[in-house]
Amino acid sequence: MQDAIPTAGVDDIGVPKPGRSRAAQAVLWVLLIGAVLLAPLWLYPVFVMQLMCFALFACAFNLLLGFTGLLSFGHAAFFGGAAYIAGYAIQTLGLPPLVGILLGALFSAVLGYLIGSLAIRRQGIYFAMITLALAQIIYFLALQLPFTGGENGLQGIPRGSLFGLVDLNGSLAMYYFVAAIFMAGFLIIYRTIHSPFGQVLQAIRENEPRALSLGYNVDRFKLMAFILSAAISGMAGATKACVFQFASLTDVHWQTSGEVILMTLLGGMGTIFGPVVGAVAVVALQFQLSGIGSWVQVVIGLIFIACVLVFKRGVIGELARVLGVTSV
Amino acid sequence: MPVILKLILAQGMLGLNNGVFYAMLSLGLAIIFGLLKVVNFAHGALYMTGAFVALILYSYLGAWLGLDWLHIGFWPALVISPVVIGCFGMLMERFLLRPLYRFDPIYSLLLTFGVALVLQGVFVNFFNVSGTPYPGQPAALRGIVNLGFMVFPKYRLFAIVFSILVCLAVWFVIERTRVGAMLRAGTENPDLVKAFGINVPLLVTLTFGFGAGLAGLAGVLAAPIYSVSPLMGADIIIVVFAVVVIGGMGSIMGAVVSGFALGLVEGVTKVFYAPAASTVIFFLMVVVLLIKPAGLFGRQG
Repeated sequence: MQDAIPTAGVDDIGVPKPGRSRAAQAVLWVLLIGAVLLAPLWLYPVFVMQLMCFALFACAFNLLLGFTGLLSFGHAAFFGGAAYIAGYAIQTLGLPPLVGILLGALFSAVLGYLIGSLAIRRQGIYFAMITLALAQIIYFLALQLPFTGGENGLQGIPRGSLFGLVDLNGSLAMYYFVAAIFMAGFLIIYRTIHSPFGQVLQAIRENEPRALSLGYNVDRFKLMAFILSAAISGMAGATKACVFQFASLTDVHWQTSGEVILMTLLGGMGTIFGPVVGAVAVVALQFQLSGIGSWVQVVIGLIFIACVLVFKRGVIGELARVLGVTSV
Repeated sequence: MPVILKLILAQGMLGLNNGVFYAMLSLGLAIIFGLLKVVNFAHGALYMTGAFVALILYSYLGAWLGLDWLHIGFWPALVISPVVIGCFGMLMERFLLRPLYRFDPIYSLLLTFGVALVLQGVFVNFFNVSGTPYPGQPAALRGIVNLGFMVFPKYRLFAIVFSILVCLAVWFVIERTRVGAMLRAGTENPDLVKAFGINVPLLVTLTFGFGAGLAGLAGVLAAPIYSVSPLMGADIIIVVFAVVVIGGMGSIMGAVVSGFALGLVEGVTKVFYAPAASTVIFFLMVVVLLIKPAGLFGRQG
């Protein structure tokens, strides 16, 4: 029997200390909400909005990898696909940004249903390969379809206004709009993890045959988790398209699928706050290293190797182990 | 002969040419997966590196050493490059993959993904992304041959024949020799093979090196056909993954046959609806997943 994926709360922790865990969780909540509310005082708002979009993407991905044990290598299809749909809805159909974002998320949910129901026919490593190959179809569609702008993508997507009242061209208005979407998505994921549904997902992650023998329709649960993860990834991608006012081939490229894996891994898969930390670390790193050109890819690759070899729990997972706390 | 039939045959030959690389790469992946249960994401990057080794041997090594007359050509590269890539593969297995065998196999996949990013990033830095033509094509293989229905570059015909011979040789080694028997036994039951006094960790390292070497060989073979680009590995590996899902990783022959067949399908698709050629293999994968989830030659595991 192989060792399971080491995640916070399932190994190496002797006696659980619920009081301490609650305290640690409270601290992280305060830090997160404080950071989201106050960050634009110190940092460039567009940069923080980018962080929040990728953090939400990573959290949605973690719901699948960290809490269900499914490695999707095609999540860029949901992130980028929704970006194109939202961009098209806002720019060409003239819909308000919130409607565009919801349409993007809906598109990704449907796409998640299609890709998910095919991919769960195989397990483990095959699951990863199938999702990668199916996501590549979306990439080629984004390249070839008449309304996606080919190599250029969609450019100049207007930001519009919220409910016709708040003009989103102002950077603070846009910032708190994005912050609200991020917190909403994060809360949905948090509630899902702590619901009975989430408990079943974790049971599947720990031991799929056991969950099956307990009478759970494992495939159905996996598919539901896949759709939810896809929809929230889509929400993140659509929001990113609104922030930067463009949707590009990079968003649907396999490297984006790889990056979201790295964010989750680096922050700590199977932790609640880890993917946020991982996303901030990876995006900030890319920003800092943008001067060294394509060496960034080498650095990203090396971090990947280091994480897999010596840092499997990630930042938050490692922290949780040291402090002896669970469910952070 | 009707024009449409001629066209189909011509595109089929070109497709078969791509099939050469699908077959050789999925063969290597299948051999590695069989024994190690590792899907090598870096396989495309090793193929790309193999092509670059050939390019460097011909165009750069001489200048680097200050020996401007030195151009190590195609035939020596066909031996040197697979050896270099094979050694790199063995080092990678020994020092990076081996510590991960006791964990979930997705860690090995992620590790090889990291290696692929590093290799690709390094070559992007030193070489043009748009690709460099390989000038070392041997004189004997220049020119064209008339196949009756089309004229075909001599080199491409050589690549098809050569790769079929390589695949047959690999099949023979695995199915008919003592080393192959050890490998198959190791795939079935490594503990029992160990009990017979066979050094299984060494066997694993050699197998990974062999699979990597095949990728390097495919890279050298590809160099004169496609221009040598750092992105050539990433472009092909996703298609090869789909080929492997369609064929099923259970059998060596399955990997080879589905590689050539899907190259052919891709080529013929160009005749009927060109934009679909880049996605037809993925759609075929969908169909196979719907009707035979274990793959055409696979066993449900």
